Amino acid sequence: MTATRPDRATPTGEAREVPGLVESRGFNFWYGPKQALKEISLTIRPRSVTALIGPSGCGKSTFLRSLNRLNDIIPETRHTGSIRVGGEDIYAPRVDVVNLRQRVGMVFQRWNPFPRSIFDNVAYGPRLNGRPSRADLDAIVESALRRTALWDEVKDRLRQSALSLSGGQQQRLCIARALANRPEVLLLDEPCSALDPIATQKIEELLFQLKSELTIVIVTHNLQQAARVSDETAFFFLGEVIEHDVTARIFTSPKVGRTEDYITGRFG
Amino acid sequence: MAGAPAPAEQPAPPDDSPTLGGGSVGDRVYRTLTTAFAVAIPVLLAFITFEVVAAAWPALRRFGFGFLTSSAWDPQRELFGAAPMIYGTVVSSVLALILAAPLALGVAIFLSEFCPRWLRQPLSFLVDLLAAIPSVVYGLWGMFFLLPILREKVMPFLATTLGLARTPFFSGPAYGNSMLAAAVILAIMILPYISAVSREVLMAVPRSQREAALAMGATRWEMIRDAVVPYARTGILGGVILGLGRALGETMAVTMLIGNRHEISPSLFAPGYTLASVIANEFAEATNELHTSALMACGAVLLVVTLVVNGIARWLVWSVAREQKA
Ligand SMILES: Nc1ncnc2c1ncn2[C@@H]1O[C@H](COP(=O)(O)OP(=O)(O)O)[C@@H](O)[C@H]1O
Ligand SMILES: [Mg+2]
Repeated sequence: MTATRPDRATPTGEAREVPGLVESRGFNFWYGPKQALKEISLTIRPRSVTALIGPSGCGKSTFLRSLNRLNDIIPETRHTGSIRVGGEDIYAPRVDVVNLRQRVGMVFQRWNPFPRSIFDNVAYGPRLNGRPSRADLDAIVESALRRTALWDEVKDRLRQSALSLSGGQQQRLCIARALANRPEVLLLDEPCSALDPIATQKIEELLFQLKSELTIVIVTHNLQQAARVSDETAFFFLGEVIEHDVTARIFTSPKVGRTEDYITGRFG
Repeated sequence: MAGAPAPAEQPAPPDDSPTLGGGSVGDRVYRTLTTAFAVAIPVLLAFITFEVVAAAWPALRRFGFGFLTSSAWDPQRELFGAAPMIYGTVVSSVLALILAAPLALGVAIFLSEFCPRWLRQPLSFLVDLLAAIPSVVYGLWGMFFLLPILREKVMPFLATTLGLARTPFFSGPAYGNSMLAAAVILAIMILPYISAVSREVLMAVPRSQREAALAMGATRWEMIRDAVVPYARTGILGGVILGLGRALGETMAVTMLIGNRHEISPSLFAPGYTLASVIANEFAEATNELHTSALMACGAVLLVVTLVVNGIARWLVWSVAREQKA
């Protein structure tokens, strides 16, 4: 596949202003006294899918939530090291967190649409960030719903409650809601773990389409899913990145024994 | 569960369904007792309603619909009309709600969203304590503290400084005893109910809803406005209704502050009357049969008003909840 295609901006210098490029350098994170992430240094290429795999409790969600600073709301947490998104140090003092979260969208394990209409859910971000005209809003909503393959299913009932949709549709609606902000990075935390195989397949197809436009980071417990959808895979273990490589290599010839143990189901 | 496998060595007794028939004597006694209590409540309600309506019947038959629309109240000449009391009951309660609901919601939002954790418990307790103060103490506090402030500060401010005296709602002399005073004391009294319920439902809003808003780039305020409060609105509405129910029936403090005058005035500075107050004031010294009957009729009307308001409120909660789902 295209996994070995070089970045447009190869590692030349410091702050590379490549939209969608995520670079973590020596990142540590603590919940109170408990260290959840240790010296995470990862580079996530723009316009690709990176899967984070590893046993439960190894810090995958914590890392994901560090990328949009959603961990900020948890009291008594701290971090060291740096994370850059599109060249910007997101933990720098004057960073606008609201703006960051618009650039870095997130989809959760348990779909969480607002108890409002389908339209209002997708229109939420654009309305929050400005006063789009009715026509603009309609266009944004339609485009987001089309990109998540929901448009044909819901176009006749945009005014109905989002909660009337099936689980898989609700999850795709949450992806559409995130896309309406036009993010450069999309984070997904086990988005399919509560979905049936058909709904899961739809979302996987979606990710394949979407990666031509943005950077996707997906946490998954499903190794087949990681193998199917991702270009690169990072294996997390006890708060550390044990191995990060092109997905094909991780699954066929891992360099580290623990990765191989996990892939082959010897633990986890 | 009916289909649960029974232990093999213990064959199930014939025709043993867990809720009907069978069981030990203790079970049977317990079931009979709880059923009796459950039945007793609607029976009691029906009995009270019947008694009240029966006692009110002479007055209701004599004055008919006029009892609800007339403002005359003259026990000597045996003229009774409850319009000012109905008006006063509804207006003071609704006004109290308008004053209390936003304040209570603000308190609840502060306690659930902004308050440092160590302060939340003690502060919540203090707010809840407002509900424990006896009504008559509120009345006394109102007479000696609230009335002077209303008379000397608030009413002149509203009338002159804000120039609201030109409207019919804030005109006339400021005695203190007034619809406004009753509404303010009621607002303070129902605030803890609304805020306690709202606080609980706000704190019960799932973290996933909060994170949904934050992850979209909402600020904390926007999260509260867009995700937390809308999600909790059915429960908040329930709290408001609880407060309204309290306000409609509240007697003592209102009686001490509303001025007790049989008159409908658009001005909130003018004295008024409520259904509960007139019963409390006059029942002990009712001069004749018809007077007693008229007071019972006031009780019946209060019962109906409360039931209607609660019915509307239930319907509101139900329809909001349904709209949220469907
Ligand atoms: N809010 C929190 N407070 C304290 N500890 C937490 C919190 N969230 C996660 N942790 C801990 O941090 C570690 C990493 O968790 P997490 O990132 O959720 O792992 P994963 O997503 O890989 O299963 C776990 O040991 C977990 O117990
Ligand atoms: Mg996780």
